[in-house]
Amino acid sequence: MNKKITRFSASMRILHWAMAALIISLLSAGMTMVKSLEVWQLELLTLHKAAGLLVAVLVVVRLVNRWCATVPALPDSLPRWQKTMALGSHYALYSLMILMPLTGFLMQYYGARPIAVFSWFTLPSALYPDIELYALYRQLHGFIGYTLAVLILVHVLAALQHHFIRKDGVLKSML
Amino acid sequence: MKQYLILLFSLITLPAFADVPRVSAQQFVDLQQGESTYPGYRRAHAKGMCISGEFVSNGNLSRYSTASVFKSSKTPFIGRLSIAGNNPYAPDLKAPVRSLALSFATSQTKQWRVAMNTPPVMAVANPHDFYQQIVAIKKGPEAIGAFFEAHPESADFLQWKANYQPSSSFALETYHSINAFYLVDEQNQRQAVRWEVKPHASTSSLKNSFTGDNALFNEFKQQLSDGPVMFDWVFTLATEQDDEHNPAKRWPQTREKMIAGQIKITQWQAQQGGRCDGINYDPLVLPQGIEATKDPILRARSAAYAESYRRRAVEVLAGDVEEGRDE
Ligand code: HEM
Ligand code: HEM
Repeated sequence: MNKKITRFSASMRILHWAMAALIISLLSAGMTMVKSLEVWQLELLTLHKAAGLLVAVLVVVRLVNRWCATVPALPDSLPRWQKTMALGSHYALYSLMILMPLTGFLMQYYGARPIAVFSWFTLPSALYPDIELYALYRQLHGFIGYTLAVLILVHVLAALQHHFIRKDGVLKSML
Repeated sequence: MKQYLILLFSLITLPAFADVPRVSAQQFVDLQQGESTYPGYRRAHAKGMCISGEFVSNGNLSRYSTASVFKSSKTPFIGRLSIAGNNPYAPDLKAPVRSLALSFATSQTKQWRVAMNTPPVMAVANPHDFYQQIVAIKKGPEAIGAFFEAHPESADFLQWKANYQPSSSFALETYHSINAFYLVDEQNQRQAVRWEVKPHASTSSLKNSFTGDNALFNEFKQQLSDGPVMFDWVFTLATEQDDEHNPAKRWPQTREKMIAGQIKITQWQAQQGGRCDGINYDPLVLPQGIEATKDPILRARSAAYAESYRRRAVEVLAGDVEEGRDE
Protein backbone atom coordinates (compact mmCIF):
# COMPACT_ATOMS: atom_id res chain seq x y z
CA MET A 1 0.00 0.00 0.00
CA ASN A 2 1.69 3.17 -1.11
CA LYS A 3 -1.07 5.73 -1.16
CA LYS A 4 -3.88 6.00 1.34
CA ILE A 5 -7.35 6.11 -0.18
CA THR A 6 -9.21 9.24 0.86
CA ARG A 7 -12.37 8.83 -1.16
CA PHE A 8 -14.99 6.15 -1.80
CA SER A 9 -15.04 4.82 -5.36
CA ALA A 10 -17.44 6.43 -7.85
CA SER A 11 -19.71 3.37 -7.86
CA MET A 12 -19.95 3.43 -4.07
CA ARG A 13 -20.71 7.13 -3.99
CA ILE A 14 -23.41 6.80 -6.64
CA LEU A 15 -24.99 3.85 -4.83
CA HIS A 16 -24.80 5.70 -1.52
CA TRP A 17 -26.57 8.84 -2.71
CA ALA A 18 -29.06 7.09 -4.99
CA MET A 19 -30.12 4.79 -2.16
CA ALA A 20 -30.17 7.64 0.34
CA ALA A 21 -32.61 9.51 -1.89
CA LEU A 22 -34.66 6.36 -2.51
CA ILE A 23 -34.84 5.31 1.14
CA ILE A 24 -35.66 8.76 2.47
CA SER A 25 -38.47 9.10 -0.08
CA LEU A 26 -39.68 5.60 0.86
CA LEU A 27 -39.76 6.55 4.53
CA SER A 28 -41.71 9.74 3.90
CA ALA A 29 -43.99 8.02 1.37
CA GLY A 30 -44.65 5.20 3.86
CA MET A 31 -45.47 7.55 6.71
CA THR A 32 -47.70 9.67 4.46
CA MET A 33 -49.64 6.91 2.73
CA VAL A 34 -50.68 5.03 5.88
CA LYS A 35 -52.51 8.19 6.97
CA SER A 36 -53.82 9.43 3.67
CA LEU A 37 -57.41 9.06 2.46
CA GLU A 38 -56.64 11.04 -0.70
CA VAL A 39 -57.07 9.86 -4.28
CA TRP A 40 -53.31 9.58 -4.88
CA GLN A 41 -52.85 7.14 -1.98
CA LEU A 42 -53.17 4.14 -4.32
CA GLU A 43 -50.51 5.42 -6.72
CA LEU A 44 -48.16 6.26 -3.84
CA LEU A 45 -48.66 2.79 -2.35
CA THR A 46 -47.98 1.13 -5.72
CA LEU A 47 -44.83 3.21 -6.15
CA HIS A 48 -43.74 2.52 -2.58
CA LYS A 49 -43.85 -1.22 -3.13
CA ALA A 50 -42.00 -1.07 -6.46
CA ALA A 51 -39.33 1.33 -5.14
CA GLY A 52 -39.01 -0.78 -1.97
CA LEU A 53 -38.26 -3.84 -4.09
CA LEU A 54 -35.69 -1.81 -6.01
CA VAL A 55 -33.95 -1.12 -2.68
CA ALA A 56 -33.81 -4.87 -2.07
CA VAL A 57 -31.98 -5.35 -5.38
CA LEU A 58 -29.69 -2.35 -4.88
CA VAL A 59 -28.68 -3.33 -1.36
CA VAL A 60 -27.37 -6.68 -2.65
CA VAL A 61 -25.36 -4.93 -5.37
CA ARG A 62 -24.09 -2.48 -2.81
CA LEU A 63 -22.99 -5.09 -0.29
CA VAL A 64 -21.11 -7.08 -2.94
CA ASN A 65 -19.51 -3.86 -4.09
CA ARG A 66 -18.63 -2.97 -0.51
CA TRP A 67 -16.97 -6.31 0.31
CA CYS A 68 -14.87 -6.14 -2.86
CA ALA A 69 -13.62 -2.58 -2.41
CA THR A 70 -11.02 -0.90 -0.25
CA VAL A 71 -12.54 2.00 1.60
CA PRO A 72 -10.99 5.06 3.23
CA ALA A 73 -10.07 4.52 6.86
CA LEU A 74 -11.59 6.71 9.54
CA PRO A 75 -9.21 9.52 10.66
CA ASP A 76 -6.60 8.46 13.24
CA SER A 77 -7.60 11.42 15.37
CA LEU A 78 -10.94 9.74 16.06
CA PRO A 79 -11.22 8.15 19.53
CA ARG A 80 -11.59 4.40 19.53
CA TRP A 81 -15.14 4.39 20.90
CA GLN A 82 -16.26 6.70 18.11
CA LYS A 83 -14.70 4.42 15.52
CA THR A 84 -16.61 1.50 17.02
CA MET A 85 -19.83 3.53 17.01
CA ALA A 86 -19.30 4.52 13.38
CA LEU A 87 -18.69 0.95 12.32
CA GLY A 88 -21.64 -0.34 14.36
CA SER A 89 -24.01 2.24 12.95
CA HIS A 90 -22.99 1.32 9.41
CA TYR A 91 -23.69 -2.36 10.07
CA ALA A 92 -27.03 -1.33 11.55
CA LEU A 93 -27.89 0.79 8.51
CA TYR A 94 -27.12 -2.09 6.14
CA SER A 95 -29.18 -4.52 8.25
CA LEU A 96 -32.19 -2.24 8.31
CA MET A 97 -31.86 -1.64 4.56
CA ILE A 98 -32.27 -5.40 4.13
CA LEU A 99 -34.99 -5.82 6.74
CA MET A 100 -37.26 -3.06 5.40
CA PRO A 101 -37.99 -4.59 1.98
CA LEU A 102 -38.05 -8.06 3.53
CA THR A 103 -40.71 -7.22 6.13
CA GLY A 104 -42.63 -5.21 3.49
CA PHE A 105 -42.72 -8.19 1.18
CA LEU A 106 -43.61 -10.66 3.94
CA MET A 107 -46.40 -8.41 5.21
CA GLN A 108 -47.96 -8.40 1.75
CA TYR A 109 -47.28 -12.13 1.33
CA TYR A 110 -49.15 -13.10 4.50
CA GLY A 111 -51.87 -10.52 3.86
CA ALA A 112 -52.45 -12.45 0.61
CA ARG A 113 -51.85 -9.36 -1.50
CA PRO A 114 -49.83 -10.04 -4.67
CA ILE A 115 -47.43 -7.18 -5.46
CA ALA A 116 -47.93 -5.86 -8.99
CA VAL A 117 -44.87 -3.95 -10.18
CA PHE A 118 -46.64 -1.74 -12.73
CA SER A 119 -47.77 -4.09 -15.51
CA TRP A 120 -44.32 -5.59 -15.67
CA PHE A 121 -44.54 -8.53 -13.26
CA THR A 122 -46.41 -9.63 -10.16
CA LEU A 123 -44.82 -11.14 -7.07
CA PRO A 124 -46.86 -14.00 -5.63
CA SER A 125 -48.48 -14.00 -2.21
CA ALA A 126 -50.05 -16.65 0.00
CA LEU A 127 -53.45 -17.76 -1.31
CA TYR A 128 -55.10 -17.13 2.07
CA PRO A 129 -53.97 -14.60 4.65
CA ASP A 130 -52.35 -15.51 7.94
CA ILE A 131 -53.50 -12.67 10.15
CA GLU A 132 -50.94 -13.32 12.91
CA LEU A 133 -47.95 -13.35 10.58
CA TYR A 134 -49.41 -10.31 8.83
CA ALA A 135 -49.55 -8.52 12.20
CA LEU A 136 -45.97 -9.53 13.02
CA TYR A 137 -44.47 -8.25 9.76
CA ARG A 138 -46.70 -5.17 9.65
CA GLN A 139 -45.51 -4.17 13.11
CA LEU A 140 -41.87 -4.93 12.28
CA HIS A 141 -42.11 -2.90 9.05
CA GLY A 142 -43.41 0.06 11.06
CA PHE A 143 -40.97 -0.19 13.98
CA ILE A 144 -37.92 -0.86 11.82
CA GLY A 145 -38.98 2.00 9.54
CA TYR A 146 -39.04 4.46 12.43
CA THR A 147 -35.74 3.07 13.77
CA LEU A 148 -34.18 3.51 10.34
CA ALA A 149 -35.42 7.11 10.19
CA VAL A 150 -33.79 7.86 13.57
CA LEU A 151 -30.56 6.12 12.55
CA ILE A 152 -30.41 8.12 9.31
CA LEU A 153 -30.84 11.31 11.31
CA VAL A 154 -27.95 10.35 13.62
CA HIS A 155 -25.88 9.39 10.58
CA VAL A 156 -26.47 12.78 8.93
CA LEU A 157 -25.69 14.66 12.13
CA ALA A 158 -22.47 12.67 12.55
CA ALA A 159 -21.43 13.47 8.96
CA LEU A 160 -22.10 17.16 9.52
CA GLN A 161 -20.20 17.06 12.80
CA HIS A 162 -17.18 15.58 10.99
CA HIS A 163 -17.33 18.30 8.37
CA PHE A 164 -18.06 21.42 10.35
CA ILE A 165 -16.76 20.69 13.84
CA ARG A 166 -13.95 18.17 13.48
CA LYS A 167 -13.15 19.53 10.00
CA ASP A 168 -11.81 16.15 8.85
CA GLY A 169 -12.29 14.56 5.41
CA VAL A 170 -15.05 12.11 6.33
CA LEU A 171 -17.96 13.84 4.57
CA LYS A 172 -15.76 14.74 1.59
CA SER A 173 -14.81 11.09 1.15
CA MET A 174 -18.43 10.39 0.15
CA LEU A 175 -18.91 13.48 -2.06
CA MET B 1 -21.90 16.15 -5.83
CA LYS B 2 -23.99 19.30 -5.26
CA GLN B 3 -26.71 17.94 -7.50
CA TYR B 4 -27.05 14.84 -5.26
CA LEU B 5 -27.58 17.08 -2.29
CA ILE B 6 -30.17 19.22 -4.07
CA LEU B 7 -32.04 16.10 -5.19
CA LEU B 8 -31.91 14.72 -1.69
CA PHE B 9 -33.16 17.96 -0.21
CA SER B 10 -36.08 18.24 -2.63
CA LEU B 11 -37.11 14.64 -1.91
CA ILE B 12 -37.07 15.25 1.82
CA THR B 13 -39.14 18.40 1.59
CA LEU B 14 -41.62 17.03 -0.98
CA PRO B 15 -44.16 15.65 1.52
CA ALA B 16 -44.37 19.06 3.18
CA PHE B 17 -45.87 20.49 -0.01
CA ALA B 18 -48.17 17.56 -0.68
CA ASP B 19 -51.88 17.90 -0.09
CA VAL B 20 -52.34 17.56 3.67
CA PRO B 21 -55.23 15.17 4.35
CA ARG B 22 -58.09 16.77 6.20
CA VAL B 23 -59.13 13.54 7.91
CA SER B 24 -56.57 10.78 8.32
CA ALA B 25 -57.20 7.05 8.09
CA GLN B 26 -56.54 6.81 11.84
CA GLN B 27 -59.11 9.53 12.65
CA PHE B 28 -61.64 7.80 10.40
CA VAL B 29 -61.19 4.42 12.06
CA ASP B 30 -61.25 6.05 15.53
CA LEU B 31 -64.64 7.50 14.67
CA GLN B 32 -65.91 4.18 13.31
CA GLN B 33 -64.77 2.14 16.28
CA GLY B 34 -66.31 4.64 18.68
CA GLU B 35 -65.93 4.66 22.46
CA SER B 36 -66.04 0.93 23.06
CA THR B 37 -63.61 -1.29 21.21
CA TYR B 38 -64.04 -4.98 20.68
CA PRO B 39 -60.54 -6.47 20.48
CA GLY B 40 -59.95 -8.69 17.46
CA TYR B 41 -63.03 -7.50 15.59
CA ARG B 42 -63.34 -5.28 12.54
CA ARG B 43 -63.75 -1.62 13.45
CA ALA B 44 -66.64 -1.39 11.00
CA HIS B 45 -69.04 -4.16 9.97
CA ALA B 46 -67.91 -5.96 13.12
CA LYS B 47 -70.82 -8.40 13.29
CA GLY B 48 -70.70 -11.02 10.61
CA MET B 49 -70.24 -14.62 9.63
CA CYS B 50 -68.12 -16.44 7.09
CA ILE B 51 -69.69 -18.01 4.05
CA SER B 52 -68.30 -19.93 1.11
CA GLY B 53 -69.44 -21.11 -2.26
CA GLU B 54 -68.70 -20.48 -5.89
CA PHE B 55 -69.27 -17.96 -8.63
CA VAL B 56 -70.60 -19.70 -11.73
CA SER B 57 -69.60 -17.42 -14.58
CA ASN B 58 -71.41 -17.55 -17.93
CA GLY B 59 -68.48 -15.93 -19.74
CA ASN B 60 -70.47 -12.85 -20.84
CA LEU B 61 -68.02 -10.41 -19.30
CA SER B 62 -64.83 -12.00 -20.61
CA ARG B 63 -65.24 -9.73 -23.63
CA TYR B 64 -64.72 -6.72 -21.34
CA SER B 65 -62.17 -8.03 -18.89
CA THR B 66 -59.22 -10.41 -18.92
CA ALA B 67 -59.84 -11.36 -15.27
CA SER B 68 -60.01 -15.15 -15.03
CA VAL B 69 -63.08 -14.93 -12.77
CA PHE B 70 -65.14 -13.92 -15.83
CA LYS B 71 -64.17 -16.85 -18.07
CA SER B 72 -66.99 -19.33 -18.33
CA SER B 73 -66.02 -21.39 -15.33
CA LYS B 74 -66.58 -21.82 -11.61
CA THR B 75 -64.50 -19.85 -9.12
CA PRO B 76 -64.73 -20.64 -5.40
CA PHE B 77 -64.91 -17.79 -2.93
CA ILE B 78 -64.63 -17.12 0.78
CA GLY B 79 -67.16 -14.48 1.69
CA ARG B 80 -68.61 -12.69 4.63
CA LEU B 81 -72.12 -11.49 5.46
CA SER B 82 -72.20 -8.59 7.89
CA ILE B 83 -74.10 -5.61 9.21
CA ALA B 84 -72.71 -2.08 9.47
CA GLY B 85 -71.54 -0.87 12.86
CA ASN B 86 -68.74 -1.38 15.37
CA ASN B 87 -70.56 -3.81 17.66
CA PRO B 88 -70.13 -7.55 17.02
CA TYR B 89 -73.13 -8.29 19.27
CA ALA B 90 -75.57 -5.71 17.88
CA PRO B 91 -79.19 -6.77 17.22
CA ASP B 92 -78.93 -7.56 13.54
CA LEU B 93 -82.48 -6.86 12.33
CA LYS B 94 -82.09 -3.24 13.43
CA ALA B 95 -78.99 -2.55 11.33
CA PRO B 96 -79.69 -0.04 8.55
CA VAL B 97 -76.99 -1.44 6.25
CA ARG B 98 -76.27 -5.07 5.40
CA SER B 99 -73.25 -6.26 3.52
CA LEU B 100 -71.76 -9.00 1.42
CA ALA B 101 -68.01 -9.38 0.89
CA LEU B 102 -66.33 -11.86 -1.46
CA SER B 103 -62.74 -12.96 -1.87
CA PHE B 104 -61.55 -14.80 -4.97
CA ALA B 105 -58.08 -16.31 -4.58
CA THR B 106 -57.65 -17.55 -8.16
CA SER B 107 -53.86 -17.94 -7.94
CA GLN B 108 -50.86 -16.68 -5.99
CA THR B 109 -50.70 -13.65 -8.26
CA LYS B 110 -54.44 -13.06 -8.70
CA GLN B 111 -56.63 -11.95 -5.83
CA TRP B 112 -59.91 -10.10 -5.99
CA ARG B 113 -61.72 -8.70 -2.94
CA VAL B 114 -65.21 -7.26 -3.17
CA ALA B 115 -67.11 -5.50 -0.35
CA MET B 116 -70.71 -4.51 -1.08
CA ASN B 117 -73.50 -2.76 0.82
CA THR B 118 -77.27 -2.55 0.46
CA PRO B 119 -77.51 1.13 -0.69
CA PRO B 120 -76.82 1.69 -4.40
CA VAL B 121 -75.08 5.04 -3.83
CA MET B 122 -73.28 7.01 -1.13
CA ALA B 123 -74.88 10.15 0.28
CA VAL B 124 -71.67 12.10 -0.33
CA ALA B 125 -68.81 11.94 -2.78
CA ASN B 126 -65.62 12.13 -0.70
CA PRO B 127 -64.27 10.68 2.57
CA HIS B 128 -64.13 14.02 4.40
CA ASP B 129 -67.84 14.64 3.89
CA PHE B 130 -68.51 10.99 4.77
CA TYR B 131 -66.66 11.51 8.04
CA GLN B 132 -68.89 14.51 8.82
CA GLN B 133 -71.95 12.44 7.89
CA ILE B 134 -71.01 9.78 10.47
CA VAL B 135 -70.37 12.52 13.05
CA ALA B 136 -73.88 13.84 12.34
CA ILE B 137 -75.44 10.35 12.56
CA LYS B 138 -73.83 9.90 15.97
CA LYS B 139 -75.18 13.28 17.13
CA GLY B 140 -78.78 12.44 16.26
CA PRO B 141 -81.69 13.14 13.89
CA GLU B 142 -81.42 16.92 14.01
CA ALA B 143 -77.75 16.95 13.03
CA ILE B 144 -78.24 14.44 10.26
CA GLY B 145 -81.17 16.45 8.88
CA ALA B 146 -79.00 19.56 8.81
CA PHE B 147 -76.21 17.56 7.21
CA PHE B 148 -78.36 16.35 4.32
CA GLU B 149 -79.71 19.85 3.81
CA ALA B 150 -76.17 21.15 3.46
CA HIS B 151 -75.33 18.34 1.02
CA PRO B 152 -77.66 18.42 -1.99
CA GLU B 153 -75.56 15.65 -3.60
CA SER B 154 -77.30 13.27 -1.17
CA ALA B 155 -80.55 13.51 -3.21
CA ASP B 156 -80.15 10.12 -4.95
CA PHE B 157 -79.29 8.41 -1.68
CA LEU B 158 -82.26 9.96 0.13
CA GLN B 159 -84.59 8.95 -2.65
CA TRP B 160 -83.39 5.35 -2.40
CA LYS B 161 -83.68 5.46 1.40
CA ALA B 162 -87.27 6.69 1.28
CA ASN B 163 -88.24 3.64 -0.79
CA TYR B 164 -86.09 1.03 0.92
CA GLN B 165 -87.50 -1.36 3.47
CA PRO B 166 -84.90 -3.60 5.16
CA SER B 167 -85.96 -7.21 4.57
CA SER B 168 -86.04 -10.09 7.01
CA SER B 169 -83.27 -12.05 5.33
CA PHE B 170 -79.77 -11.68 3.91
CA ALA B 171 -81.08 -13.77 1.02
CA LEU B 172 -83.58 -11.05 0.05
CA GLU B 173 -81.22 -8.09 -0.18
CA THR B 174 -79.47 -6.61 -3.20
CA TYR B 175 -75.80 -5.77 -2.57
CA HIS B 176 -74.15 -2.91 -4.49
CA SER B 177 -70.57 -2.11 -5.42
CA ILE B 178 -71.52 1.60 -5.00
CA ASN B 179 -68.09 2.59 -6.33
CA ALA B 180 -67.34 2.16 -10.03
CA PHE B 181 -64.44 0.12 -11.42
CA TYR B 182 -62.95 -0.40 -14.88
CA LEU B 183 -63.10 -3.68 -16.70
CA VAL B 184 -60.00 -3.91 -18.87
CA ASP B 185 -59.92 -6.11 -21.98
CA GLU B 186 -57.07 -7.60 -24.01
CA GLN B 187 -56.67 -4.39 -26.07
CA ASN B 188 -56.38 -2.43 -22.81
CA GLN B 189 -59.79 -0.83 -23.45
CA ARG B 190 -61.49 0.30 -20.27
CA GLN B 191 -65.21 0.06 -19.57
CA ALA B 192 -66.50 1.70 -16.38
CA VAL B 193 -68.97 -0.50 -14.48
CA ARG B 194 -70.89 -0.78 -11.26
CA TRP B 195 -72.40 -4.02 -10.11
CA GLU B 196 -75.07 -5.50 -7.89
CA VAL B 197 -75.63 -8.95 -6.49
CA LYS B 198 -79.38 -9.66 -6.77
CA PRO B 199 -81.26 -12.34 -4.86
CA HIS B 200 -83.12 -15.22 -6.52
CA ALA B 201 -85.42 -15.51 -3.51
CA SER B 202 -88.54 -13.37 -3.27
CA THR B 203 -90.28 -11.89 -0.25
CA SER B 204 -93.33 -14.05 -0.70
CA SER B 205 -91.34 -17.30 -0.51
CA LEU B 206 -89.42 -16.36 2.64
CA LYS B 207 -90.51 -15.95 6.22
CA ASN B 208 -88.07 -15.28 9.03
CA SER B 209 -89.41 -16.91 12.17
CA PHE B 210 -86.30 -16.19 14.23
CA THR B 211 -86.24 -13.54 16.92
CA GLY B 212 -83.52 -12.00 19.06
CA ASP B 213 -80.22 -10.31 18.32
CA ASN B 214 -79.06 -12.94 15.81
CA ALA B 215 -82.29 -13.40 13.85
CA LEU B 216 -80.78 -12.44 10.48
CA PHE B 217 -77.77 -14.69 10.83
CA ASN B 218 -79.72 -17.61 12.25
CA GLU B 219 -82.26 -17.43 9.45
CA PHE B 220 -79.50 -17.55 6.86
CA LYS B 221 -77.83 -20.54 8.52
CA GLN B 222 -81.13 -22.36 8.42
CA GLN B 223 -81.58 -21.63 4.72
CA LEU B 224 -78.14 -23.03 4.01
CA SER B 225 -79.03 -26.23 5.80
CA ASP B 226 -81.84 -26.63 3.24
CA GLY B 227 -79.59 -25.96 0.23
CA PRO B 228 -77.56 -23.27 -1.58
CA VAL B 229 -78.65 -19.62 -1.61
CA MET B 230 -78.45 -18.08 -5.09
CA PHE B 231 -77.85 -14.57 -6.42
CA ASP B 232 -77.30 -13.07 -9.88
CA TRP B 233 -74.22 -10.93 -10.37
CA VAL B 234 -75.35 -8.04 -12.56
CA PHE B 235 -73.04 -5.42 -14.08
CA THR B 236 -74.15 -2.00 -15.31
CA LEU B 237 -72.09 -0.51 -18.13
CA ALA B 238 -71.48 3.24 -17.96
CA THR B 239 -71.69 5.50 -21.01
CA GLU B 240 -69.87 8.75 -21.76
CA GLN B 241 -72.56 10.64 -19.86
CA ASP B 242 -71.95 8.87 -16.56
CA ASP B 243 -69.40 10.09 -14.05
CA GLU B 244 -67.64 6.98 -12.75
CA HIS B 245 -65.84 9.08 -10.14
CA ASN B 246 -68.98 10.17 -8.30
CA PRO B 247 -70.38 7.46 -5.97
CA ALA B 248 -73.34 9.65 -4.91
CA LYS B 249 -74.89 9.87 -8.36
CA ARG B 250 -77.02 7.02 -9.73
CA TRP B 251 -76.66 6.07 -13.37
CA PRO B 252 -79.91 6.04 -15.36
CA GLN B 253 -81.94 2.82 -15.18
CA THR B 254 -81.74 2.56 -18.98
CA ARG B 255 -78.03 1.71 -18.95
CA GLU B 256 -77.09 -1.66 -20.39
CA LYS B 257 -76.97 -4.41 -17.77
CA MET B 258 -75.20 -7.74 -18.12
CA ILE B 259 -75.53 -10.84 -15.98
CA ALA B 260 -72.04 -12.24 -15.37
CA GLY B 261 -73.29 -15.39 -13.70
CA GLN B 262 -74.58 -16.74 -10.41
CA ILE B 263 -73.22 -16.48 -6.89
CA LYS B 264 -73.97 -19.73 -5.14
CA ILE B 265 -73.53 -19.70 -1.36
CA THR B 266 -73.30 -23.21 0.05
CA GLN B 267 -71.71 -23.11 3.52
CA TRP B 268 -71.27 -20.96 6.59
CA GLN B 269 -68.75 -20.72 9.45
CA ALA B 270 -68.65 -18.60 12.60
CA GLN B 271 -66.38 -15.64 11.94
CA GLN B 272 -64.10 -16.20 14.93
CA GLY B 273 -61.66 -18.81 13.72
CA GLY B 274 -63.53 -18.84 10.39
CA ARG B 275 -61.73 -18.50 7.10
CA CYS B 276 -63.03 -14.98 6.37
CA ASP B 277 -61.82 -13.55 9.67
CA GLY B 278 -58.22 -13.00 8.56
CA ILE B 279 -59.22 -11.45 5.24
CA ASN B 280 -59.08 -7.71 4.73
CA TYR B 281 -61.81 -7.17 2.14
CA ASP B 282 -60.04 -4.12 0.73
CA PRO B 283 -61.79 -3.36 -2.59
CA LEU B 284 -58.51 -2.12 -4.05
CA VAL B 285 -57.11 -5.65 -4.08
CA LEU B 286 -57.79 -6.23 -7.78
CA PRO B 287 -56.55 -8.81 -10.29
CA GLN B 288 -55.34 -8.00 -13.77
CA GLY B 289 -58.35 -7.05 -15.88
CA ILE B 290 -60.04 -4.90 -13.22
CA GLU B 291 -58.85 -1.42 -12.21
CA ALA B 292 -59.83 1.25 -9.70
CA THR B 293 -61.49 4.48 -10.79
CA LYS B 294 -60.46 7.78 -9.20
CA ASP B 295 -63.66 7.84 -7.11
CA PRO B 296 -62.45 9.59 -3.89
CA ILE B 297 -64.52 7.27 -1.67
CA LEU B 298 -63.08 4.16 -3.30
CA ARG B 299 -59.55 5.50 -3.03
CA ALA B 300 -60.05 6.29 0.67
CA ARG B 301 -61.01 2.75 1.54
CA SER B 302 -57.59 1.08 1.24
CA ALA B 303 -55.84 3.09 3.95
CA ALA B 304 -58.83 2.91 6.32
CA TYR B 305 -59.28 -0.86 5.88
CA ALA B 306 -55.52 -1.32 6.42
CA GLU B 307 -55.70 0.65 9.68
CA SER B 308 -58.65 -1.39 10.96
CA TYR B 309 -56.98 -4.62 9.80
CA ARG B 310 -53.74 -3.65 11.53
CA ARG B 311 -55.50 -2.94 14.83
CA ARG B 312 -57.38 -6.21 14.91
CA ALA B 313 -54.45 -8.25 13.55
CA VAL B 314 -52.21 -7.00 16.36
CA GLU B 315 -54.92 -7.90 18.89
CA VAL B 316 -55.19 -11.40 17.42
CA LEU B 317 -51.39 -11.80 17.55
CA ALA B 318 -51.35 -10.66 21.18
CA GLY B 319 -54.12 -13.15 22.01
CA ASP B 320 -56.23 -10.24 23.18
CA VAL B 321 -59.50 -11.37 21.60
CA GLU B 322 -62.84 -11.59 23.31
CA GLU B 323 -64.39 -15.01 22.71
CA GLY B 324 -67.72 -14.85 20.90
CA ARG B 325 -70.79 -14.39 23.06
CA ASP B 326 -73.05 -14.95 20.10
CA GLU B 327 -72.32 -18.61 19.43
C1 HEM C 1 -36.25 0.29 2.09
C2 HEM C 1 -37.44 -0.03 1.79
C3 HEM C 1 -38.66 0.45 2.51
C4 HEM C 1 -38.83 1.47 3.40
C5 HEM C 1 -37.79 2.44 3.92
C6 HEM C 1 -40.23 1.46 3.78
C7 HEM C 1 -40.79 2.34 4.71
C8 HEM C 1 -42.10 2.31 5.13
C9 HEM C 1 -42.65 3.11 6.18
C10 HEM C 1 -41.88 4.12 7.02
C11 HEM C 1 -43.96 2.81 6.29
C12 HEM C 1 -44.97 3.40 7.30
C13 HEM C 1 -44.98 2.50 8.50
C14 HEM C 1 -45.86 2.99 9.63
O1 HEM C 1 -46.26 4.16 9.66
O2 HEM C 1 -46.15 2.15 10.51
C15 HEM C 1 -44.26 1.82 5.30
C16 HEM C 1 -45.50 1.26 5.08
C17 HEM C 1 -45.75 0.28 4.13
N1 HEM C 1 -44.82 -0.36 3.35
FE1 HEM C 1 -42.85 0.04 3.24
N2 HEM C 1 -40.88 0.46 3.12
C18 HEM C 1 -39.96 -0.19 2.33
C19 HEM C 1 -40.19 -1.26 1.50
C20 HEM C 1 -41.44 -1.83 1.27
C21 HEM C 1 -41.70 -2.96 0.40
C22 HEM C 1 -40.65 -3.71 -0.42
C23 HEM C 1 -43.03 -3.21 0.47
C24 HEM C 1 -43.85 -4.25 -0.21
C25 HEM C 1 -43.55 -4.82 -1.30
C26 HEM C 1 -43.61 -2.25 1.37
C27 HEM C 1 -44.94 -2.17 1.66
C28 HEM C 1 -45.50 -1.29 2.57
C29 HEM C 1 -46.92 -1.23 2.84
C30 HEM C 1 -48.00 -2.07 2.19
C31 HEM C 1 -47.08 -0.25 3.83
C32 HEM C 1 -48.40 0.22 4.41
C33 HEM C 1 -48.94 -0.74 5.41
C34 HEM C 1 -50.34 -0.32 5.88
O3 HEM C 1 -51.02 0.42 5.21
O4 HEM C 1 -50.72 -0.79 6.97
N3 HEM C 1 -42.62 -1.42 1.85
N4 HEM C 1 -43.11 1.52 4.60
C1 HEM D 1 -64.56 6.29 2.77
C2 HEM D 1 -65.39 5.30 2.78
C3 HEM D 1 -65.27 4.06 3.63
C4 HEM D 1 -64.51 3.81 4.74
C5 HEM D 1 -63.53 4.75 5.42
C6 HEM D 1 -64.77 2.44 5.15
C7 HEM D 1 -64.18 1.81 6.23
C8 HEM D 1 -64.29 0.48 6.54
C9 HEM D 1 -63.51 -0.23 7.51
C10 HEM D 1 -62.45 0.40 8.40
C11 HEM D 1 -63.87 -1.55 7.51
C12 HEM D 1 -63.29 -2.70 8.33
C13 HEM D 1 -62.22 -3.43 7.52
C14 HEM D 1 -61.53 -4.60 8.23
O1 HEM D 1 -61.13 -4.50 9.40
O2 HEM D 1 -61.31 -5.66 7.58
C15 HEM D 1 -64.93 -1.66 6.54
C16 HEM D 1 -65.59 -2.83 6.23
C17 HEM D 1 -66.53 -2.93 5.21
N1 HEM D 1 -66.93 -1.94 4.35
FE1 HEM D 1 -66.31 -0.03 4.32
N2 HEM D 1 -65.68 1.90 4.29
C18 HEM D 1 -66.01 2.86 3.35
C19 HEM D 1 -66.87 2.72 2.30
C20 HEM D 1 -67.54 1.57 1.99
C21 HEM D 1 -68.40 1.40 0.84
C22 HEM D 1 -68.70 2.44 -0.21
C23 HEM D 1 -68.86 0.11 0.91
C24 HEM D 1 -69.78 -0.64 -0.02
C25 HEM D 1 -69.83 -0.55 -1.25
C26 HEM D 1 -68.28 -0.52 2.07
C27 HEM D 1 -68.50 -1.83 2.46
C28 HEM D 1 -67.86 -2.47 3.48
C29 HEM D 1 -68.08 -3.85 3.82
C30 HEM D 1 -69.02 -4.83 3.13
C31 HEM D 1 -67.24 -4.14 4.89
C32 HEM D 1 -67.09 -5.46 5.62
C33 HEM D 1 -66.08 -6.28 4.92
C34 HEM D 1 -65.93 -7.58 5.64
O3 HEM D 1 -66.90 -8.35 5.69
O4 HEM D 1 -64.82 -7.82 6.13
N3 HEM D 1 -67.48 0.38 2.70
N4 HEM D 1 -65.16 -0.42 5.96
